[in-house]
Amino acid sequence: MRLEHWRSALKSPVGGVAATLLVAFAVLAVIAPIIWGDAAEETDPAALSLGSSPEHLLGTDALGRDIALRVLVATRFSLGLALLATSISVTIGIILGVLPAVLGRRAGRLVVAVVNLAVAFPALLLALFFAVVFGIGSHGAVLAIGAAGAPSFARLVQTNVASVSGRDYVSAARVAGVSRIRLVVRHLLPNIGEPLVVNATVMAGTALLAFAGLSFLGLGVQPPSYDWGRLLGEGLDRIYLNPAAALAPGVAVVLAGLAFTLMGEAIAQVVGIRTGIFRIPQRMPDPAAQAESGRDDDAVLVVEDLRVAFPSADGQTEPVDGVSLTIQRGETVGIVGESGSGKSLTALALAKLTPENAAVSATRLDFTGESLLGRSDAEVRRLLGTSLAMVFQDPMTSFNPSMRVGWQIAEVARALEGRGRREALDRAVDRLRKVHMPVPERRARQYPHEFSGGMRQRAMIGMGLMSTPALIIADEPTTALDVTVQRQVLRLLRDVQRDSGAAVVLISHDIAVVSQMCQRIVVMYAGRIVEELPVDRLASAAHPYTRALLGSVPDMTTDRERPLATIPGRPPDPVSRPTGCAFAPRCEFADAQCGDVPVLTAVGVEHQRAACWHPREEPLPVVADAEIGGRV
Amino acid sequence: MTTASAPLATTTPEAVGGHTRWARNPWVVFLIRRLARLLVSLAVLVTIAFLMIHLIPGDPVRAALGINAPADLVEARRESLGLNDPIVVQYVNYVQALFSGDMGVSMTSGVAVSETIGQRLPASASLAVCAFAVVMIVSIPLGLCMAVLTRGGRRRGAELGFTSTSAVVAAIPEFLLAVGLVFVFGVTLDWFPVAGREGASSYVLPVIALSIGPALLMARIVRVEALSVLGQDFVRTARAKRLPPWRVYFRHVFPNALTSTLTIGGLLLSAMIVGTVLVENVFAWPGMGMTIVQSILAKDYPLVQGIVLVYGVAVLLVNLVVDLMLAVVDPRSTIREA
Ligand code: SF4
Repeated sequence: MRLEHWRSALKSPVGGVAATLLVAFAVLAVIAPIIWGDAAEETDPAALSLGSSPEHLLGTDALGRDIALRVLVATRFSLGLALLATSISVTIGIILGVLPAVLGRRAGRLVVAVVNLAVAFPALLLALFFAVVFGIGSHGAVLAIGAAGAPSFARLVQTNVASVSGRDYVSAARVAGVSRIRLVVRHLLPNIGEPLVVNATVMAGTALLAFAGLSFLGLGVQPPSYDWGRLLGEGLDRIYLNPAAALAPGVAVVLAGLAFTLMGEAIAQVVGIRTGIFRIPQRMPDPAAQAESGRDDDAVLVVEDLRVAFPSADGQTEPVDGVSLTIQRGETVGIVGESGSGKSLTALALAKLTPENAAVSATRLDFTGESLLGRSDAEVRRLLGTSLAMVFQDPMTSFNPSMRVGWQIAEVARALEGRGRREALDRAVDRLRKVHMPVPERRARQYPHEFSGGMRQRAMIGMGLMSTPALIIADEPTTALDVTVQRQVLRLLRDVQRDSGAAVVLISHDIAVVSQMCQRIVVMYAGRIVEELPVDRLASAAHPYTRALLGSVPDMTTDRERPLATIPGRPPDPVSRPTGCAFAPRCEFADAQCGDVPVLTAVGVEHQRAACWHPREEPLPVVADAEIGGRV
Repeated sequence: MTTASAPLATTTPEAVGGHTRWARNPWVVFLIRRLARLLVSLAVLVTIAFLMIHLIPGDPVRAALGINAPADLVEARRESLGLNDPIVVQYVNYVQALFSGDMGVSMTSGVAVSETIGQRLPASASLAVCAFAVVMIVSIPLGLCMAVLTRGGRRRGAELGFTSTSAVVAAIPEFLLAVGLVFVFGVTLDWFPVAGREGASSYVLPVIALSIGPALLMARIVRVEALSVLGQDFVRTARAKRLPPWRVYFRHVFPNALTSTLTIGGLLLSAMIVGTVLVENVFAWPGMGMTIVQSILAKDYPLVQGIVLVYGVAVLLVNLVVDLMLAVVDPRSTIREA
């Protein structure tokens, strides 16, 4: 434990409070018996069992002794006994804890087994047992609480020793022939000091409370000595006459116990890692813009100026920075971009599934003609529940591991349409069959871990087919799969699209995958759409980034060091995007004009738009030849 | 990975038939191992309970009867307790008697220990069970609720308030809470009885005292576990299915946070069983906790021995049940362990 750790532990509010309390208790423990020790013993036959009065602030006990003074004086005994018990626990705990490392294999295992057996029993039960063995009274109680705390500390030491004993320096020392004892003292214990100090501190608090418990039961400190627990027990008998007699020692015990516990937590927190605290500004949609926007009955999805922001260390970042998109009924659209282009987040925002800390705004978000803006969660669920299906990237993690696959699929029909168990499950089996799942009845009863990745992805698509989706959003559905399975899944998506007539938005980093499947391609870069074009116009891509994505960079051939298929440079960090065209730092054609943000404007002949000041016009022969492996 | 075999369907063709089939079933292996562990623990517990009386320095009978007791009375009592036999003979007798339900006779009252325990056990058990039920009913929804409210760093104030309050309150031992409750609800408000076990209202304060700390502790665990589950992909899938929130939380989030909830729940129940000792003594609850303290003070060792044994067995049984439930909830880790 380094010095600066202690210092920062004391600086934290919790640590500061705990340390102040501990110092106050320590001072009391030293001076209270000296100043008030005799006064607290003084009996006053004229004032037996009184309540609070000016002479006796907290009243008197059955012999007429001042309770306030007795509580103060008891500090020394209570703390002292607790610390003594703690040191016994720590000593026995360390010995039992390092024994497995010192002893041979068999003996070591025996020690571990004994400790494991002992920690299975609550400490209080052990303390009661040892209190019987060691006898009633303060000596017995110290030994009992010390012994009762030892197993859990031993276990802690064992786990920590085990975790460091595999490290290089320990192995090195072992190879160098350092004796086992020396190994423990010089190499193991010093390296597990921090958790031991933290836990010993917390344990002191526990011991203090346990001691109060034993004394309260009459098994600890015996009269005429007294500690807080004893005072509490005596006070409880007369709680109707003078509540303070029971409450004051109780408060003292709680405060002292908390002081130790909080101190331990404060140190633990300093040693551990801190998490930042961020506030999120919420953006409200502009109602005027909403009202203005017309209806587009053919579109299944219309979004305008979609923005997604996250809180960050300095203000906020906008991974999605003003995306406008229209998906027609039955259309297949691919969204392409490198990781970090904001394409997946766009998909989540369209489906209203962004993470909790994301702030989403748009001037328009219509789904099958209904605006989703400003709707309650329940309304969004109703609107999207049966008409929007999602397929996620990682089929391994996208299913609930503790629920049978069939039930997870059937759940949609049960929860949203109120179907019965049997009916929903039958439909789920049917959908599994539709996605070419072999033996769907048996598969439906299995858990996700019994499925392969491709099967899980098919099951996910089947889940989307439980109702009649108008739109299927598939976010990198094939990335986690191997090539043959990728083809199967894409083909399935295509079949599903053809049979159901649903529109499909396919999101991928791989322009080849997208061009196999989609009619229209949307290219995203740094949170914005940089180009939109029909798939048969790919060879005439106008934006330098799209052309780079297509794996052919004809105007950059001067630089032969760089492999053709990758784009030099990295996409900008959303925190520090260049002003103007975000692609400029990686673009060969960048000039002064590119310092302004280019907007999407029509280029070429039909339905092609690019956001670039200098759109390319010459065709890309390489791409035209390859035609990205043909259609699926 | 095509079809990872289900834990229940691991009977490979060559293992079918004969006892090898059983020996290969991971469930059977697990059960045998777990029961063997229980038996070892029980044997150790019985041995330690037996040894207790011999570990006490000096003559336990002399200590129990007092310094002034006549020597022949002490000797007669030693004889009747069998303390003059060789220790191995005593041990065998003790274990044999235990098997027939005989835990000896109280040194102070002369009543059979098993009879006293039979009278006192229901009071303690009902207290512990009620408190545990309260802990579960309160902590799981509370923890889930806090997780949902504070996920993704939202409502830092609520989070800070919850974690610090629960940390502070959970650090107060049950008997001090009990004293506080006696003062507030018994002395000041006079709403509930503060002593004895008569009627449902007498349960209120002891159950609250016993359950507040564990409930808050448990709620913290549930919250942390649920938070980590909330961040996982399948929760997004569940949301994408547009399930109502309660269904997402109780069907998808909670079952996946169950493992540690169960583990901690078992530890808490064990601690609460023994925690009844202190609470019973605050509320003059006529259970085993009152009895064990009285008999320790009276040095009535056979009775102490018997009650320690009952508490110990209760703890071992709780651990067994928790392990079995864990195995059912998360079969894969059970197989790994076996
Ligand atoms: S706007 Fe300028 S920097 Fe951006 S892609 Fe076009 S030419 Fe390159």
